[in-house]
Amino acid sequence: MSELIIKNAAVCDPLNGINCEKMDIAVKDGKIVESVSSNADTIDAKGKLTMAGAIDGHTHCAGKINVGRLMSPHDMRMNPVNGLSGLQPATSVTRAQAGYNTPNTFALGYRYSKLGYTTLSEAAISMMAAKHTHEEFESIPILDKWGLTLFGNNWQVMNYVRDEEPEKLAAYLAWGLRATRGFGIKVVNPGGGEAWGWGKNVTSIDDEVPDFDVTPREILVELAKANEDLNLPHSIHVHCNNLGKPGNYETTLDTMKIMEGIKAARDRQVLHLAHLQFHAYAGNSWREFESASTQLADYINTKDHLTFDMGQVIFGPAMTMTADGPLEYSNARMLHSKWSNKDVELEDGAGVVPIVYSPKSFVNSVQWAIGLELALLVDDPWKVMFTTDSPNGGSFVNYPEAYSLLMSAKKREQIIETLPELAIDRMVLPGIDRELSFYELAVMTRALQSKMFSVDTIGHLGIGANADIAIYDIIPDKIDAGIEHEKVKQALSATSYTIKSGNLVVQDGEIVSSPRGKTYWVNASGRVPSEINEVTLKDIQNNFRKYYTVAMSNYVVDDHYLPNPIEINTQEA
Amino acid sequence: MNVITDAICPFCGSLCDDLTIKVENNKITDIQRACVLGHNKIAGVTDHARIEAPLVRKDGELVETTYEDAIERAAEILVNSKRALSYGWSSTSCEAVSKAIELAEETGSVIDSCANVCHGPTTLAVHEKGSPAASLGQVKNRADLVIFWGCNPVHAHPRHMSRYSMYAKGFFTKKGRKGRHIAVVDVRETDTAKIADTYVQVDPGCDFMLLQAIRSAINDNEDVIPEIVGGVPKETILELATMMKEARFSCVFYGMGTTQTRSKYKNGDAVSSLLYDLNQYSKSVMIPMRGHYNVTGFGQVCNWETGYPNAVDFTRKFAYYNPGETGASDTLLRGDVDAALVAAADPGSHFAQEAVKCLAKIPLIQIDPYHNPTTELADIVIPAAVVGVEAEGTAYRMDSIPLRMKKFIDTDFKSDEQIVTDILEKVRELKRGA
Repeated sequence: MSELIIKNAAVCDPLNGINCEKMDIAVKDGKIVESVSSNADTIDAKGKLTMAGAIDGHTHCAGKINVGRLMSPHDMRMNPVNGLSGLQPATSVTRAQAGYNTPNTFALGYRYSKLGYTTLSEAAISMMAAKHTHEEFESIPILDKWGLTLFGNNWQVMNYVRDEEPEKLAAYLAWGLRATRGFGIKVVNPGGGEAWGWGKNVTSIDDEVPDFDVTPREILVELAKANEDLNLPHSIHVHCNNLGKPGNYETTLDTMKIMEGIKAARDRQVLHLAHLQFHAYAGNSWREFESASTQLADYINTKDHLTFDMGQVIFGPAMTMTADGPLEYSNARMLHSKWSNKDVELEDGAGVVPIVYSPKSFVNSVQWAIGLELALLVDDPWKVMFTTDSPNGGSFVNYPEAYSLLMSAKKREQIIETLPELAIDRMVLPGIDRELSFYELAVMTRALQSKMFSVDTIGHLGIGANADIAIYDIIPDKIDAGIEHEKVKQALSATSYTIKSGNLVVQDGEIVSSPRGKTYWVNASGRVPSEINEVTLKDIQNNFRKYYTVAMSNYVVDDHYLPNPIEINTQEA
Repeated sequence: MNVITDAICPFCGSLCDDLTIKVENNKITDIQRACVLGHNKIAGVTDHARIEAPLVRKDGELVETTYEDAIERAAEILVNSKRALSYGWSSTSCEAVSKAIELAEETGSVIDSCANVCHGPTTLAVHEKGSPAASLGQVKNRADLVIFWGCNPVHAHPRHMSRYSMYAKGFFTKKGRKGRHIAVVDVRETDTAKIADTYVQVDPGCDFMLLQAIRSAINDNEDVIPEIVGGVPKETILELATMMKEARFSCVFYGMGTTQTRSKYKNGDAVSSLLYDLNQYSKSVMIPMRGHYNVTGFGQVCNWETGYPNAVDFTRKFAYYNPGETGASDTLLRGDVDAALVAAADPGSHFAQEAVKCLAKIPLIQIDPYHNPTTELADIVIPAAVVGVEAEGTAYRMDSIPLRMKKFIDTDFKSDEQIVTDILEKVRELKRGA
């Protein structure tokens, strides 16, 4: 079978404690192995930086992004990042590409691969439209994917929380993950989505959800407990209440604090906070708007039960898309922007609104700073996942720009100088001189993801791992990223080689092959006693008979939609 | 006997999924719960005359041939064309659409769906202003006000009203029809208007003005509204606005009465703009009444695979989109294509005469289960299985909810998906040879 040896690699592999050491990597049948025969193909890495394929643990790559595409035909021709955006013709190995913030599925696969990414976690599967997510997954070439299923405004979830039926709640979640072929539990503005069914919202974790007699606090805590009862590989993945509002950091702190007592079923966090930048605002109004990253980082530095991702803002046009329906309406009103909305019966909602982050805007400038502040003020990189919440904070093709900001205080200074004075007063970034190493960057883009999603075959280069490998045109000990930040950015923008499951997919920044990726899903039904399952199914059937507009049998995602599945069974773990 | 439950009806955008189909010896013997339209479509698979074999035009007459021959000839036409048009794809599966897009890209063709002459302006309106929408179950469970604007579900979407909108009973709408106010805005008193609580007759082509007037009323700018707008008295406009503002949850279902009348996409823009303001006071959403059962699916697949929802031109090897220039009608009216592939559609009946004249002049490939006026113009006719009856696949409901169409009976006809896959393979073979 196929064999490959990568020689003279400067390996940066935090999960195995390897920090830019020169070594060879042997690959056989898509896995990393001890050694290969002399017939193996050879790649001479020539001392270049070599990491595991990166994992985007929070991106909007399938499903709602299609609403974003429909709203922005202008985005398809936009080409601010050369080679990674805009219209590109088909070649003998690639399909035609288009777009920047909302690229077509083929462009998503190719461009992520060029950046050295090999796995994506779609941040939100709408249950009733889950087939749509999986259809887009299938259309995204090369990469492996999974999606997190939305449960935070689901009627059956809220009913079981109110009625104090934790076993049925767990049974429903297991059923929902199976029905949608989801990977984990996503909670977006808990309770707020249901309130939005009537054009309303909730404003704290203790507001009552209209008609359901529960609070966001109760929804969050009970979902977290059920998550651990089911032994799911990932923790609950939370988009807090009050996203994007001045003063919202207090809600964020409340959300973190209520999870302190939850006991993890696995060696990982019990709470992941999504795009923390959008939840780290102080001040009581837009006029008073300022960074609250210190308040949040101080808390996070003393606790070990949570992880978060940055939600870094990139200056320029972006497309916001979230299950937080009421937020998107207020965004649209505030920005005088076009607005799409998509409420889903009994479940959740969604909104899509285009945005431009301007360095001339004091609020946008502070937002830009907060993402970096959070990543730099939290001491332990194993708590920080790198994201832009693509394309909410900015398109993923800008990741190298953000990497270089994290790695160079000088580059940050150069940008801060150009920002409005008012903005500089409201941020703490100018006082931070920390510069991340390649090792820390590898933690935030690969190693942490392997741990926080409990997938031990990705995010590292140890024996038995998937042969997902990225080799960048950088000799780590011959570059000072703090000074040569532009060179770092260029090198991280296009790999010398990307290897996916042992196949060479990118060479010298160009796609050379386009194999099909796999889709992970989590089967937790083995954790549910059959008598509980039976009574829960009766409730589910009742909802379908009375309230849904599709039949239960037509709702579930069947095997057709996962031609290349990886099932993770939580019973066996 | 085989009984298929929760069967999905492959007719209109309502995509009812509660049919029961009985099959004996590969014949459909009973169809339960389908409306007259759906029933005819499903029963018609055996009742109506099918294209029985692949056909090729020789000396002006269509003569029988084999699938292999028809597919090879179709591939030759596409390979030899400079700019072919691929049109239709709304009454077939997303899987077939995906292959059709790949074929269009491979052959440098223009691809477009029936939305070109239907809800195409709706997508333009979304480009302009977005679309505040919801799944149909939100209407069923919450709506106390439903407005049908320029659409006539009694005849076009017969079960829409009982399953989703007018009569449906849900969690917050236990009284069904009694607890729900129904308003119809149309140029004529349709059968839907006759069973509504409020009927507003708007003058033809004046929908945009009326929508803007209601929006003015919602924004408390009554003083700018003239005494009569588009034939509708100011008093009625104010009543409509109050009704919308005071509703707990309202939905505007809009049809071709808004998309294909004067102002076209500006009408959809006006509905969206109205709701943009109305939602400050009361929850309100809009849902287009899509016709063909999977025209929504074409838009979805085309959007994620090319970046654009329809009217995509691959002449330059990348996707170029400029509706008005790259739409199916546009290219035909200009005589700007030199071959055409039409699948699951009938432009021979529905397109403007000048466009049909162009179709008659150029080599035309048709993929369809049935004879229709397009067949009379076609040079190659490839019979297909009926998706949703004889072949399975994905379709998207008018509210973009995906469902998997079932196969009720076996057939010897190839599916659209298979036919396009075969043509694509043959095209690549010919191109390699050349």
